[in-house]
Amino acid sequence: MTNHASRAAAVDRTDRQHMMRIGIMWLVASVIGMVLVYFVWGPHMPPGTDSNAAKVQQFDNRVLGTVAVPVMAFVWVYVSYALTNWRVKSGTPVDEVGDGPPLKGHRGFQAAWLGITSVTVISLFIFGTVELDTNAGAGTGSGQVPIFTPTGYNADAAQSKLLVVQVIGQQWRWTFRYPQYGGLETAQMVVPAGQEVQYSVTSLDVIHSFWAINLGVKADANPGVNNVAFATADKIGSVNIRCDELCGLWHGAMATSGKVVSPADFKTWVTNAQATYQQLIPFLPPYADLYLPQSDGGYYDPGQDPLPSGPPPGPASPSAIP
Amino acid sequence: MTRPMRATSVGVVFAVFVAGVTMLFLYFLHYPPTVAAAATGSGDEQIHLQTVPALGYGPHPTFVSYLADDNGKWVHTTMIKLKANTLVHFTIDQYDTGSTLRNSFMDQVQGTVDGTEVVNGGTPARIINDNTDNGIGHTFAVPTLGISVPMPGIASAATNVCSIAPCASSFDHNTVTFTIKTPAAGLYPWQCFVPCGLGWPYGNGGGMSTLGYMSGFLKVVA
Repeated sequence: MTNHASRAAAVDRTDRQHMMRIGIMWLVASVIGMVLVYFVWGPHMPPGTDSNAAKVQQFDNRVLGTVAVPVMAFVWVYVSYALTNWRVKSGTPVDEVGDGPPLKGHRGFQAAWLGITSVTVISLFIFGTVELDTNAGAGTGSGQVPIFTPTGYNADAAQSKLLVVQVIGQQWRWTFRYPQYGGLETAQMVVPAGQEVQYSVTSLDVIHSFWAINLGVKADANPGVNNVAFATADKIGSVNIRCDELCGLWHGAMATSGKVVSPADFKTWVTNAQATYQQLIPFLPPYADLYLPQSDGGYYDPGQDPLPSGPPPGPASPSAIP
Repeated sequence: MTRPMRATSVGVVFAVFVAGVTMLFLYFLHYPPTVAAAATGSGDEQIHLQTVPALGYGPHPTFVSYLADDNGKWVHTTMIKLKANTLVHFTIDQYDTGSTLRNSFMDQVQGTVDGTEVVNGGTPARIINDNTDNGIGHTFAVPTLGISVPMPGIASAATNVCSIAPCASSFDHNTVTFTIKTPAAGLYPWQCFVPCGLGWPYGNGGGMSTLGYMSGFLKVVA
């Protein structure tokens, strides 16, 4: 207490004055920081604004980043102030260096601490829940039966008014099926701008994670699970796709690119893709929400019997060029 | 022990340790070895590979594996050096039996210069049906380049099956040829997409996911 008193006397300020100074500095730093984070850094935060899901996620990041500023500012201001004002001055005799006064209960301080942190956490909980609801899960996979669904969604892909893109992961590549276009399967994902897309994500082997980064879509690809996510791409351009779940030797190379195109270009692309894979389509299993491996390596819809051992309809193997 | 002797002992032990780590590092830096494609004389390159049902030696004798022909000598490796922006003619002798693919999407030949492959000198084919005949033995696939070439398996009832690598051409096999155009210089991982890791859950482990066996790099150089 003696040491504390001597140090306080040295700067000639009371505890209340110190707290006032810290409070003012904290307030100024917080206001400046919040404005900078929300308005300057915010528009550049990931994942960008290429889809409705991405926009929601960027908005969330802006809000959360802004809310974090006062907390960070308090820690930095308090520590900086303490280091500057309450450090032991050079030349202080060793026997005068000691601990500060012990902290004792302060009902008002404790109530404020509990109150502020409780309000903050509960507010974030409400904010997060509302954000998930308003954007049908904000681009994240919501499982086989998503709680939040956009208008036009139907669990049966054939009945859905949304464009259904099935994302199939396997060690170590992605392929994409379009059930509304005859079960077409392609190596590249192409989606039209301005149209809500239902991403039905699954895996044929181990756990992967489908991450269309700039579309704000990130959904686990689990074997035996149809994980549904939604997003509407707004900007025409490329899509950066990668696996976000450590899945083995070539996990780092399990990346590809997709495209967002105009609705007219999408129709053209579908027509061309159907022509490219015309011979292949009869060899693919019927579209299903998910596929389970057979003992001999193939896959099948668990709602049906495994593929017969004989050849499926289609040309004999190997097929010769007409 | 005198102080100089202690210092000398510590120095020797430290030097041995550093030498050991360095040798280990150099070994793994060059393992598996790299085999370069051979020039054809017309500006193209050619490479000859084989796939075997079991390597028969080394730390994993039961693993399926690729081997590469290096001037007439078969080398156990999946590291292949190619020249950038060049037509490379592949010949792969496939000695393994087949199965269905995890995803029949890879029945279709993709990424070769004309979208085809030739099996045993026959008609160029665009599709090998993994659900019929002998299925697919292995695939040669470079996902980042959009290349995928399925290779039919030999008959499961075959009696003249190669059991130890390298396999001589007198054993039952299918010869697959195709041509790709290499991209710009870079490292491109390649792999087999048949779940061929026998004894592993759904065939996903073992040789299928081990560098030097069914996974490797195309080292494309300028």
